[in-house]
Amino acid sequence: MAANGKYELKLGAATREAFGNALLELGKENPNVVVCDADLAKSTFTHLFQKSFPERFFSCGIAEANMVSIGAGLAASGKIAFVASFSAFVLNKGFEQLRVTVAYPKVNLKVVGTHSGISIGEDGPSQMSVEDIGLACSLAGFTVISPADEVSCFALVKAAAYLDSPVFIRAGRVKVATIYTADQNFEIGKSIQLTDGKDLTIIAHGMMVAEALKAVDVLAAEGIAVRVIDMHTIKPVDRDAIAKAAAETGAIVVTEEHFTATGLGVRVAQVVAETNPCVMEFHGMGDFYAESGTPEQVLTKFHMNAEAVAATARRAMKRKK
Amino acid sequence: MQKTSNVRELEQICQKVRRHIVTMITEAKSGHPGGSLSAVEIVTTLFFDVLRHDPANPTWAERDRFILSKGHAAPVLYSVMAECGYTPVETLNSLRTIDSIYQGHPDRRFIPSLEASTGSLGVGLSLGLGMAEAARLDKSPTRVYVVLGDGEIQEGQIWEAAMYGAFHKVDNILAIVDDNLIQLDGWVKDIMALDPLADKWRAFGWHVIEANGNDVTAVQKAYAEAAATKGKPSVFLAHTIKGKGVSFMENNPKFHGMAPTKEECALALKEIG
Repeated sequence: MAANGKYELKLGAATREAFGNALLELGKENPNVVVCDADLAKSTFTHLFQKSFPERFFSCGIAEANMVSIGAGLAASGKIAFVASFSAFVLNKGFEQLRVTVAYPKVNLKVVGTHSGISIGEDGPSQMSVEDIGLACSLAGFTVISPADEVSCFALVKAAAYLDSPVFIRAGRVKVATIYTADQNFEIGKSIQLTDGKDLTIIAHGMMVAEALKAVDVLAAEGIAVRVIDMHTIKPVDRDAIAKAAAETGAIVVTEEHFTATGLGVRVAQVVAETNPCVMEFHGMGDFYAESGTPEQVLTKFHMNAEAVAATARRAMKRKK
Repeated sequence: MQKTSNVRELEQICQKVRRHIVTMITEAKSGHPGGSLSAVEIVTTLFFDVLRHDPANPTWAERDRFILSKGHAAPVLYSVMAECGYTPVETLNSLRTIDSIYQGHPDRRFIPSLEASTGSLGVGLSLGLGMAEAARLDKSPTRVYVVLGDGEIQEGQIWEAAMYGAFHKVDNILAIVDDNLIQLDGWVKDIMALDPLADKWRAFGWHVIEANGNDVTAVQKAYAEAAATKGKPSVFLAHTIKGKGVSFMENNPKFHGMAPTKEECALALKEIG
C-alpha cells in the first residue's frame, strides 16, 4: 500500500477562504477582534468579517503602509488586530512599518498575506509573493506560519489570534488538497509528521505539503521510503523534528513555493548544520520571477509539483550513497 | 505631578526643559538640539496642561496618547516626561549611552510609558489613528496627539494617514506639525518645499489651526480649538523657530543634528537663564 494511502487529498477550499471563516468565528467569539484591509476584502475574504462586524472593520484603501501602522495602533491599544492584503503588498509595501511599528516595539499585530507563491497564476509576478517568508522571518520576534490546507489554516489563524506576539500568516489563492481531518490537533511551533520512512525526509509548507505527499507514492514504487513533515510554523522552526529527521533518515529535501535562497530551506539547513549534518537538497523558486498563465500551467512550467519534488529526492538519495 | 494652565508657570517649565535639552545633548556629544528646542512649548504645554494622563498610573486605559513621530527630538520628550515624574531627571545626561533608558530615539523597551518607539520618520500619524480608532470603539474619551516634523511630512505615509483620518472622520486626534522650516540638509523650501502647507491639509479634509508654536498662550488656544472641533481631524501648524531660545542655534541648519561644544553649552545656558 502506498505510503500516503491514508491521505485522499481531495480538493478543498483555498487557505484564504479558511482564513476568512476563522476571522468570522473569531469576531463572533471575541468583541476585541478588529480587522484592517486595503481594498482587497473580497479577495482576502475579510469581507465575511466586514459584513458581520462593520464597526470593527477598518477600510484603509490602497495604502498598505498606513494600514500596517493603523493596525499597530489598534493592537497597541489592546485590540486583537488583523491586517490583511495580498502577501506581496503587505510584506513589501508594509515592511518598514512592520519593522518599526510592530516588530521593534513588540506590538501584538496579526498580519495575513493571501495570494502567496506563484500559484495565483494569471495575475503574474507583480502579485506573486515569493519572498514573504524571508521578509517575515527577518522581523525579530515574529511568529511565521504557512498552513497547508483549509483545516490547518482555520485552526492556526484561531490559535494565532490568542498568541501574545506578532504573527505573519501566509495563505494562498487557489483551492488546495485537504490533508487534515477536523480532529487533527495543531500547535504553533510543532510540526506534523504525515508519513514515516527511513530513507529520506521531505519537509514542506503551504501547498507543497500535498505535493510532497504525492511524491511519496512515486518514490515508494522505487523503493525509497519517505518521511513527510508539514512545517506549518516556519518561525520558530521545530528544531527537534528536524534534528530527529536528519539523524534517522540521513537526507532531507525541503520544498516550498518561495525563493529557496530565503525560505524555510535555509532555516532547516541551519538546524541540520547545528545538530546532525546530513545530505540536503532544496526545491522551490530559483533566483528569478515566474510569469502569467493558469495556476496549473505556471506550476508546471516552474516545476512546482510532485514530480519535481520526487526528482529532487532522487538527487538527495544519490548523494547519500 | 502638578498640572497647570498658568502661562508663567508653563514658561518656567519650558525654561527648565530647554536647559535639560542643551545639557544632555552636550554630554552625549551627539543628538538633535534644533528640533528639540523648537518643540519645547508644544510638548511642555501638552504634558503639563492638556493631556489627561497620570505618571503614577501610566497604563490607565482612558489616558490620552502622545506620539513623538519626529523621534529625533527625543531630548524634548525625555526632559518633559522626566519633569512629569515618569523617569528620573538625574540620569537625563546618560542620553545615548549604553544601558541608558534615554536611547537615541524613543524606545518603548526602555521606557514602557512611551506610547510608541519612533525614529523612522512618517509612521506616527498612522499609529495615532489606530489608537484613536481603538478609543472610539471603546467609547473612551481618549484623545491622541502626534507631533510631526515639517521635513517628516515629505514621507508619503503621512498623506495616506491624512486621507484615512478625514475619510473616517477621526476627530479625537490632533496632528501637530513642528513647522520650523529646516531639515537635515538645509531649509525645507530648498529640499522639498511643502507650500502651500495649510491648503494641502485642508484639501485632505483636515481642520487647520495655525499659530506661533513657541508661544504658550497661542499653543493653549490651538489645543482648545482642536478639542472643540468635531466631525473631522485637526492639524496644528505650529510656526516655530528651529533652535528656539539659543541665539546661535536659531534658524541654523547646522544645529539640526549637531551637539554643542562645552563652551557653546555654557553660552546657551546663560542665554536660557
